[in-house]
Amino acid sequence: MLRLGIDVGGTNTDAVIMRGREVLSGFKASTTQDVTSGVVEALEGAISKAGADRAEIGNVMIGTTHFTNAVIERKHINPVAAIRLGLPATACLPPMVDWPDDLREAVGNHGYLVRGGYEFDGREIAPLDEEEIDRIGDDINTRKIKVAAISSVFSPINQAMETAARDRLLQKCPDVSVVLSSDIGRIGLLERESAAIMNASLLALSDRTVEAFAEALKSAGLTCPFYITQNDGTLMAADMVRRFPVLTFASGPTNSMRGAAFLTGERDGIVVDIGGTTTDVGALQHGFPRQAATVVDIGGVRTNFRMPDVFSIGLGGGSLVRRNADGDITVGPQSVGYRITSEALVFGGDTMTATDIAIARGEADFGDRAAVAGIDTATLDGARAAMTGMLERAVERSRISPEPIPVIAVGGGSILMPDQLGDLKVIRPENFAVANAVGAAIAQISGEVDRIFSLENGLTRDICLKQAEEEATKKAVESGAVAETIETIEREDVPLAYLPGNATRIHVKVVGEMGGLDA
Amino acid sequence: MSGFLINADDMEAIATGGAFLGTGGGGDPYIGKLMAQAAIAEYGPVQVIDVDDVADDALCVPVCMMGAPTVMVEKLPNGQEAREALAQLEAFLGRKADALICVEAGGLNSTIPFAVASATGLPLIDGDGMGRAFPEIQMVSFTMQDVSATPMVIADEKGNSSVLNTISNVWTERLARVQTVQMGGSALVALYPMSGVEVKKSILRNTLSLIREIGQTIASEKASRRNPAEALIKRLDGKRLMTGRVVDIERRTEGGFARGTATLKGMDQDEGSTFKVHFQNEFLIALNDRDEMLAVTPDLICALDADGGLPVTTEQLRFGLAVTLIGLPCDPQWRSEAGVDLVGPGYFGYAQTYVPLEELPNGN
Repeated sequence: MLRLGIDVGGTNTDAVIMRGREVLSGFKASTTQDVTSGVVEALEGAISKAGADRAEIGNVMIGTTHFTNAVIERKHINPVAAIRLGLPATACLPPMVDWPDDLREAVGNHGYLVRGGYEFDGREIAPLDEEEIDRIGDDINTRKIKVAAISSVFSPINQAMETAARDRLLQKCPDVSVVLSSDIGRIGLLERESAAIMNASLLALSDRTVEAFAEALKSAGLTCPFYITQNDGTLMAADMVRRFPVLTFASGPTNSMRGAAFLTGERDGIVVDIGGTTTDVGALQHGFPRQAATVVDIGGVRTNFRMPDVFSIGLGGGSLVRRNADGDITVGPQSVGYRITSEALVFGGDTMTATDIAIARGEADFGDRAAVAGIDTATLDGARAAMTGMLERAVERSRISPEPIPVIAVGGGSILMPDQLGDLKVIRPENFAVANAVGAAIAQISGEVDRIFSLENGLTRDICLKQAEEEATKKAVESGAVAETIETIEREDVPLAYLPGNATRIHVKVVGEMGGLDA
Repeated sequence: MSGFLINADDMEAIATGGAFLGTGGGGDPYIGKLMAQAAIAEYGPVQVIDVDDVADDALCVPVCMMGAPTVMVEKLPNGQEAREALAQLEAFLGRKADALICVEAGGLNSTIPFAVASATGLPLIDGDGMGRAFPEIQMVSFTMQDVSATPMVIADEKGNSSVLNTISNVWTERLARVQTVQMGGSALVALYPMSGVEVKKSILRNTLSLIREIGQTIASEKASRRNPAEALIKRLDGKRLMTGRVVDIERRTEGGFARGTATLKGMDQDEGSTFKVHFQNEFLIALNDRDEMLAVTPDLICALDADGGLPVTTEQLRFGLAVTLIGLPCDPQWRSEAGVDLVGPGYFGYAQTYVPLEELPNGN
């Protein structure tokens, strides 16, 4: 059985065909406005390059930065009714209070506070105010809002009130799509609520995008199921992404790091993913991307998703090379981006880019080398030194020990990487340019539980941890993981300080291989 | 008159500095920062005054949040509770407050009084009762100077409140703790009502200026791409205890508190060594390979994320996280016999006796 991995980025759409652990082919195409045609071009290219029989393709895995880019660029996002159940508590900090103004405006700034919500021990703060939900329903209809996000205090321990509010709202507004915060996040009201609101604002885009993916696969004659990778490098069924686009937010860097680990066989190292405009640097630990310690901002909004700790610098294949007033050579952060194929010197343009420097120095060989023959040595050496300095600093920042771990260079722009960075050796895997698509193709399936348990009535910490692990495993298997391959990757319990009754918050995540990797 | 104004933007530094002196506990000041910023946007900046500018007969009242940090990030306050608690205490005492005080210069409670000060228009005195964060009501310098925690008012977001009158500050803690749990795990309190004379005698001075300065230092060091540890150690007369990665974290609930131990594997100059740090909401004892103390309560054990440079709370500690632990000398009051009895290792159930930070070994 073959696997097809696809990465849909802002600039490029890449595809790879894999058999078991072997990469048969990789193909790069441009990302298109309609998404579909770019995906078709990439996957057809990869299929024909591998000479693959498409009937043999059993699974398709797609990674995409589409939804992250939409939030960062404030594009394609829709107005949301943000409904919070928690009065008389929580009023001092209404929904979206800590968002950047332009993003809050982009989602319409429709916040509603309603009586309801739970205490930490499951008691109600107040009964749900159903009449208020009806009034909000009328308002939503008047304002023609199409999506709503409902967040209740302590909904991770009890979802019932969010569900009841949704059912009540749907009576007034049967066509509104509703997102429940308890389906998305964990403890931490503002972060979970913000994720739910962002998710709701992206529902229309995710519907169109998943449809475009399905359309592309159908037109290529592929009828097998397809999956989309989420933040931690594990897979979700495409229909889940339709409902939860926010869960893909960090999948880009995660896929390139997991792909780099897979292609090199290294489990510890620094991964440097050089694209057209930026370079992402992150650390691999035990084969997984190292996670950021604290909360992560997406487009200026605080979230509590676990995401890789990635550091970005403004260096890529299309970075502009210039001489400043002091005579020093600078590289980036401005870039010609995807226009590199027409604007770089080696492609017949008239802009000196980082790629031109690499070609002129003989570090790579493509395009019209004669076009860069006239660049003087001082410029070449100055630009090389500037790029090496930027990469060295970025790698040092991600380095976690003085041990000589390898630097793994991936991405289309990785020709800019020297063979040695300080005392670290640089590895350039075969298929380095399509590491993201490989990362998508080898993604795993996960199951997660994050809830407060009460250690009373004979329940011990060990029993609760085991119960949580079993629940998470069941979720993973239901999502398609092979039961024998499941292992626990996160397991923590945090007793709630100051509270008797031994309330404890347990978080367990398990991952397993998707069926067919070793077939 | 000396003193200064705090605007919405200044709250960033206050929150970061408060998280640092929170010694791992006291809750994440993020929520308090947002509350203060919202209040300042509506009611205007906060006047922070020097304690010597407080009239001897002024009524000064600390306000703070009480409860579990994990509850506070979920059940946010409605914003009226603290003012309600203060108003009821004023009604009970039959006079208006003249100034507010921070109970602790660490965690959530280093930011919440700014919200109350902005909303009420009352000045906030530059100082606090701990010089750091501690978990219990009686663990303040006010107790050391025989100021009673009561009459105290405790209020929740539902409109419940009660006035406590107790025979000792330890009894205040016991009774208020039970009410806090019934109120849903968090409550706002106004307590330790005292005169200007009592404040001048008992407050730990200028700690709000200090946390602001710490926050500014962390921000400017990070902007220069330096880890703030060195600059903070130099400024605060502290010492680097160790830098290491969390390899094990054990947490348990005892007596309604989050107790636990983190084991850290040394990195950089501490490569090859193993360290342990025990906590009860706050970090209380740091030990090296040979179980020698590196720092112990009431001296401060502060944690910075070794990669990002921001303060780390005990709840954020997890497998794989790299932290730098920094020891700081506590206020001299805590080093007295009465101070060590109140907040030393013995109170928290540790067998060790208190030894000042300066006399303890460096690393291994």
